[in-house]
Amino acid sequence: MTEISMTVNGKAVKADVPDNTLLVEYIREHLRLTGTHVGCDTSQCGACVVHVDGKAMKSCTMLAASADGADVTTIEGIADGGLHPMQTAFKENHGLQCGFCTPGMIMTATDMVKRYQADGKELTEDAIRHELEGNICRCTGYHNIVKAITDGASKMTNA
Amino acid sequence: MYETKYHKASSVADAVSLIGESDDGKLLSGGQTLLPTMKARLAAPSDLVDISGIANMHGIKVSGSTVTIGAATTHAEVARNADLQAACGSVACLAAGIGDAAVRHLGTIGGSVANNDPAADYPAALLALGATITTNTREIAAGDFFVGLFETALSDDEVIVSVSFDAPSKAAYAKFPNPASRYAMVGVFAAQTANGARVAVTGAGSDGVYRQSDMEAALDSDWAASALAGVQVGSEGLLSDMHADAVYRANLVKVMAGRAVAGCA
Repeated sequence: MTEISMTVNGKAVKADVPDNTLLVEYIREHLRLTGTHVGCDTSQCGACVVHVDGKAMKSCTMLAASADGADVTTIEGIADGGLHPMQTAFKENHGLQCGFCTPGMIMTATDMVKRYQADGKELTEDAIRHELEGNICRCTGYHNIVKAITDGASKMTNA
Repeated sequence: MYETKYHKASSVADAVSLIGESDDGKLLSGGQTLLPTMKARLAAPSDLVDISGIANMHGIKVSGSTVTIGAATTHAEVARNADLQAACGSVACLAAGIGDAAVRHLGTIGGSVANNDPAADYPAALLALGATITTNTREIAAGDFFVGLFETALSDDEVIVSVSFDAPSKAAYAKFPNPASRYAMVGVFAAQTANGARVAVTGAGSDGVYRQSDMEAALDSDWAASALAGVQVGSEGLLSDMHADAVYRANLVKVMAGRAVAGCA
């Protein structure tokens, strides 16, 4: 067992977990934050993406122990009351069908928007499609997800 | 995943002693290969020694023409580093094409090199650039380091601390990714170095990364994609699998080498 403490969605949390506990297991099963999903469990689908110290990471491919001391944000923690601009964009652009991949899509989307803004680069449709390489959606064919991220990026810029 | 014991190393010396004390321990860096392997129960190390937090294993230093990259530097950091982009953009560009954005935030150059996956990208760059792999005990030339499939010259309790190379006058990496996994079906790193033209191929060789010396000779006499036209790439010694047979890979080696040379900057 390893004792871990971290900040999740602004709240300090602490637990004694088995050493082989994945970060996603800790988030879902210990903290009961079930918005973060496990789709493939093989690091391919991106449904489990959360932000660790401000960077998008696959929480199914990281040990909880490795996140000791980190600042973690999950889909439950991105909005300050109501919806985050990216969530609004997904809603308005019908950027989901079954919705299973959506938490990971949104966490990946906000990460890419922040990175492109920081680098002063334009987030083109091509760039969005390339950046979504690690997120799989089995319903939509991605078209509306790309539209939603384009819209969400401008909403985040103007927010 | 089987049970394991997690340790966080505070220094290289600490990591060496922790791994030495363990029964069948493994170093954990970004974990983007090791953790999926453990989850699939294809690996069951008794101990994991996390080296990702060791401060002096992070960062990129460009001093004159020499580039040194700490082993725990992530692919995302390599891809976005302005000094590296200026000194050797081909390596930054290669890093930007590894895995996906989330994987690049965790995966590290040291981890990739130590794993020596036959389809990994970095080995091609390090072999072509004649890089030096520095461990806690010695310096190993890339040509001696990559031994075979998932096999390197590292001993069990040896820790890669950094990799370094001289920035080439021109270089580029061209990869044909597997459409599903995005791993290199064939990746070619071409470089014009102080020691002449270098062409290293990943994804294709059944012993892992290798140098295509006939292409190097052709490029030494004429650095142009057209100079490769006369080079015959045989299929002997190349990987064959459900994605691409050896003959197809042999053709890809030639096509990607041409693209790498044409794309050199």
